[in-house]
Amino acid sequence: MIAFRFSKDAVDLATLRAELADPACGGFAAFEGWVRNHNEGRSVQRLEYEAYETLALREGARIIEEARQRFAVPHILCVHRLGELQIGELAVWVGVSAPHRDEAFRACRYVIDEVKHRVPIWKKEHYLDGDSGWVNCERCAAEAAHAHHPSHDHAHSR
Amino acid sequence: MSAPLYGLVLTGGRSRRMQRDKAALEYAGQPQLARAMELIAPFVSRRFISIRSDQHHDPQRAAYEGIVDLLPDLGPLSGIHAALHAHSQAAWLVLACDLPFLDAATLQQLIAERDPQSIASAFRSSFDGKPEPLCAIWEPHSITTVDASVASGSNCPRSLLSQGAVRLLQLRNPRALDNINTAEEYLAARGALTPGTRMDATNEAISLHVQYFAVLRDQAGRSEETVATEARTPRELYEVLRQRHGLKLLPEQLRVAVNDDFADWNRPLRAGDSVVFLPPVAGG
Repeated sequence: MIAFRFSKDAVDLATLRAELADPACGGFAAFEGWVRNHNEGRSVQRLEYEAYETLALREGARIIEEARQRFAVPHILCVHRLGELQIGELAVWVGVSAPHRDEAFRACRYVIDEVKHRVPIWKKEHYLDGDSGWVNCERCAAEAAHAHHPSHDHAHSR
Repeated sequence: MSAPLYGLVLTGGRSRRMQRDKAALEYAGQPQLARAMELIAPFVSRRFISIRSDQHHDPQRAAYEGIVDLLPDLGPLSGIHAALHAHSQAAWLVLACDLPFLDAATLQQLIAERDPQSIASAFRSSFDGKPEPLCAIWEPHSITTVDASVASGSNCPRSLLSQGAVRLLQLRNPRALDNINTAEEYLAARGALTPGTRMDATNEAISLHVQYFAVLRDQAGRSEETVATEARTPRELYEVLRQRHGLKLLPEQLRVAVNDDFADWNRPLRAGDSVVFLPPVAGG
């Protein structure tokens, strides 16, 4: 099984959960990320996810392998949606099965935290007022413009 | 008798288009500031660099005697003004810090054909016929003209020299005063100035495949392209593309991937490599 995947369509949670079934496992922990109707004070209407898929699959697989070794858990699965999503839809799912609950919880937390920080996935928010923006990027562009606001230049162009 | 000749290399520029310190750009392995200071050494009795007050602690500049701008925000005229006031008995061989092709023969010609009676001796621009103020000798008595210009709110040394009594010289080496304002101009100049034959690998454009995602795709107006470039690292390539497409993010806000894996900004690039600049991610 491929432990980190993308899905362009809604996922069936019962099927995902069944992939983690193991008679040796007594604990199962899952995290679901849902599309929220607001972000940083703005009303969100819908989202768009895109990914640099080749690298994202590679990095996602690395994260899951790290978690498997660090917490000694046998089964981890992470599915991330791509494309257009409406409010309330499931955007990301992480499931972990393990002999005991503690390592299942901790591995699940590790995977979602690392995925959010390391995997090349981008989210565009469409706001109720008709505006849209790339999350974590728009502020960067503003900061970059501010950082390079020259007051004078010794250049002598010809 | 003419006044003693001091040298002044201007390093206070903000490099608006380049967005990199021109004094630190390397040619044949040596930063341009060091190259310029070496070049003028045989021709002047003392050498200085012109700096802004906030550049005191820059390690590259700390190696040289500095003259700090007295009047901020006048561009290169700040540096010339401060030098004339700091050593009023001297004439100044003034050089910009973005003239990598300037050679000793051109400086020799400038000094040989200098006219101490004029306020300055300068080459005639091959572009518009006007004097080139930033590879020129400014005589001590130019201080009157410079002060008057500053007082009237005019800070363009070229128009200042265009109005005064200036000895205009005909440039023998037509490339000597080519200046560097963009990343692409820098890479081309670096290639041309790197020792080796014309077939040297650093001189040739290589073909790279670039993909854009998310906010960078919006800014670049495309999702991919093939680029022929003299850039040899992702850092150099990003500078070229940032200027070409008006990309608004800075390299420190991005990560880079080469051939579908994360890579260092300074790793060497080879023909056919595929490069992706990654905006801040937002999964989950």
